Amino acid sequence: MNAPTDQGNQLAIEFMKGLWKENPIFVMVLGMCPALAVSNTAINSLAMGLATLFVLFFSSLLVSALRKVIPAQVRITTFVVIIATFVTLVDFLLAAFTPAIHKELGAFIALIVVNCIILGRAEAFAARNPVLLSVADALGMGLGFTLALFGVGAIREILGSGSLFSIPLFGNSFEPWVVMVLPPGGFFTLGFMLLVFNWMQQRKKQTASAKPV
Amino acid sequence: MDNLMWIFISALLVNNFILAYFLGICPFLGVTHKLETAFRLGLANVFVMLITALCAWLLNTYVLIYAPYLRLISFIIVIASTVQFVEMAIKKLSPELFRALGIYLPLITTNCAILGLALFATNKGYGLAESLVYALGAGGGVTLALVLLAGIREETRILDIPDVVKGTAFTLIVAGILSMAFMGFAGMFSGN
Repeated sequence: MNAPTDQGNQLAIEFMKGLWKENPIFVMVLGMCPALAVSNTAINSLAMGLATLFVLFFSSLLVSALRKVIPAQVRITTFVVIIATFVTLVDFLLAAFTPAIHKELGAFIALIVVNCIILGRAEAFAARNPVLLSVADALGMGLGFTLALFGVGAIREILGSGSLFSIPLFGNSFEPWVVMVLPPGGFFTLGFMLLVFNWMQQRKKQTASAKPV
Repeated sequence: MDNLMWIFISALLVNNFILAYFLGICPFLGVTHKLETAFRLGLANVFVMLITALCAWLLNTYVLIYAPYLRLISFIIVIASTVQFVEMAIKKLSPELFRALGIYLPLITTNCAILGLALFATNKGYGLAESLVYALGAGGGVTLALVLLAGIREETRILDIPDVVKGTAFTLIVAGILSMAFMGFAGMFSGN
């Protein structure tokens, strides 16, 4: 930990784990509500992912910096108040700069407060680790969340509306799968993505166990 | 009266909190292994939702007109303390019910369906009676969805499902089919 390279390594490890190995959506299955609710187009899911990343980053930073000051008995309440403050900030920022997206996402921006990923990372990581590590962890987790969310949103928009970022991809002959932009499509897309993720993990395990033999 | 009825049915079936709004997915996936616990969690939800709707209405009418930027923070604090208070009250008044609800009572704090209810009810500008009916419908809808999924999962336990599909992936696909079934209610009463 003393040598700068070791610390750099540690930072990189904390950052990378959120992207794939401990991906909040695929592995820990946290924060499902926004993942499904606003992911009917690519742009909405991207905005939601970035808003969550912002809140996660700053709340982890603050929780980690204050971790020695906050009494253990009231820590959850304190975390929630910190998170709610940053969510209010994001809400007003989005309303000011991108009113169209803010209108689309509606109450779901406010619901970032109860996104289990943020409270989960505050409690499980930021409250126990120094600021730099916590920030790296938050960035990794936030990016992992954003990428997974964007994946769901892109698949749903391509299949459900035949476009990506509102740019039509197919000719007029394409019949959009309307169900994909409706609520059931969210469940199906995430279900199948988890299925593919499980399958990849299983294959990896099989090839790893096959090698020594 | 018609209006109240419509709010109730709409929250219960047409705009089901879990299957149409994706609120409260975590307990939906987490605690639907058994029919019994799913039903109890649903009832606890109804209870907390009713009290939250009442508090949200009070806050929105009397306090938040002076400080609208405190909306989110005040709601979440109200919900957290309500859940704590309800927990203590039930423990004192009916130890039996308290034991039956167990860990699910405190976990309701982080259920997005509750905060969602408070936000939607105030966004729509509901009055007191409307808020309470809305809470009842939404809570009933959550209970319905939990019980339906738990029932299906109990029935499918002995099925021979491929390994990769087991677990959350399977539950999500079942939920998708359920959600599709609930889409059949869309457009109900829209003539009013």
